[in-house]
Amino acid sequence: MKLQTLFALLTFVVMLAALYAIFIYAPTELTMGVVQRIFYFHVSSDWISFLAIFFAVTYSIRFLMTGERELDTKAAAAFEVGFIFCTLGIVSGMIWAKPVWGIWWTWDPRLTSMFVLWLIYIGYLMLRRLLESPEQRARLSAVFGILGAVDVPIIYMSNRWWRTQHPQPVMGGGESSGLEPQMWVAFFLALTAFTLFYLYLWKIRCNLEQTTETVETLQRQIEIRLKEAR
Amino acid sequence: MNFFSQAAAILWKDILTEFRSKDAITSMLIFGLLVILMFYFAFEPDRLEIEKFGPGLLWVTFIFAGMLGMNRAFAGERENDSLQGLKLAPISWAAIYLGKMLANLAFMLLVEAVILICFAVFFNFDLVPRLGWMLMITLLGTLGFASVGTILAAISMNTRMSDVMLPILLLPVILPLVIGAVSSTAAIFTDPPGEGLAFWLKFLVVYNIVFLTVALLLFDFVLEE
Repeated sequence: MKLQTLFALLTFVVMLAALYAIFIYAPTELTMGVVQRIFYFHVSSDWISFLAIFFAVTYSIRFLMTGERELDTKAAAAFEVGFIFCTLGIVSGMIWAKPVWGIWWTWDPRLTSMFVLWLIYIGYLMLRRLLESPEQRARLSAVFGILGAVDVPIIYMSNRWWRTQHPQPVMGGGESSGLEPQMWVAFFLALTAFTLFYLYLWKIRCNLEQTTETVETLQRQIEIRLKEAR
Repeated sequence: MNFFSQAAAILWKDILTEFRSKDAITSMLIFGLLVILMFYFAFEPDRLEIEKFGPGLLWVTFIFAGMLGMNRAFAGERENDSLQGLKLAPISWAAIYLGKMLANLAFMLLVEAVILICFAVFFNFDLVPRLGWMLMITLLGTLGFASVGTILAAISMNTRMSDVMLPILLLPVILPLVIGAVSSTAAIFTDPPGEGLAFWLKFLVVYNIVFLTVALLLFDFVLEE
């Protein structure tokens, strides 16, 4: 518990630093203006949504190899929290795209991959909801998680190759044009803050799941005791 | 019995049961024809539009018709409680997967052949000069679809709403396959064949190898209890 509080404090401090760097330290971008500052949040969320699925899948693979329930809880928590960041990534990207590109959405490889990734996250979460026995839920969702994760790079590459045969959408100055040194600082701080925050949420989610399980076992024990008492 | 004759036995069993009832094949076929009918009245395509939309139409039809069959693959085993028997048989579970996958592949190919003929006839589109390529693309695309579909059908049959769950799990995973199949079909639909055909065929081969391997490795966990 002590360690967790420390971790929370660290996350908080880094988040404050990142906010300072994003809004005050980093200069305003010339062509895009203030909107560009979404970039720090957006890229960090996207980074987390990719990190989360591979993080989750390492737990899924380990679960299938060992069969320890705790590993399944960790994988599920990683998927669940990752889904939030994936949604944030897509929404923040759309808010940025409207003023900069003039459109909310384009079927660019990156956007498409994020969208499909989001659908895979939803599939995983729905599957868990709809499977009743806990052992089965753990095994089957792990298998689907692995299939989904294997697919992520293939989806991205297939979209890129598909795009090369079609006209490129008009993009007003992507961020490929390079960043100012101060922007890099803000960017890395934002990445760190998001990663820490993700890990923190993940840990809390795991604890919550463990508490739920403990409560369920206790409830069952109480019921047994009550029956015996009668 | 070695691994492949085990898989062949499962395949033969599935073909026999299917040809007694013909449930899956009939529903897939009629559904496919209905999609083509709807497409005609929704778009009233001319010759150029067929070149443009035909590949997409064909693959959407194949995939949705295939999904109907995929749902049946394990639902039947479940209704008759015969999955337990299969699992108790002295065979490797991966062979069950392979047999079921090949059965799905066979049913789909049969249905696709009929849909292709109807497509050519109804839209007055000359498939004969492209037949070789078309068969190859159809085979590769359907193989990939069946490899992913069979394992995901085995997963989704355990859920409360298995009919709805299968497309939700399956469609995002096969998106690259659809891109590859539609792009290569589009390449052969133009005269002379467009560029990119060889590339997308190689892509389909890679997709098949990756997912067939992963599915064979993971299928044991799906059946385990």
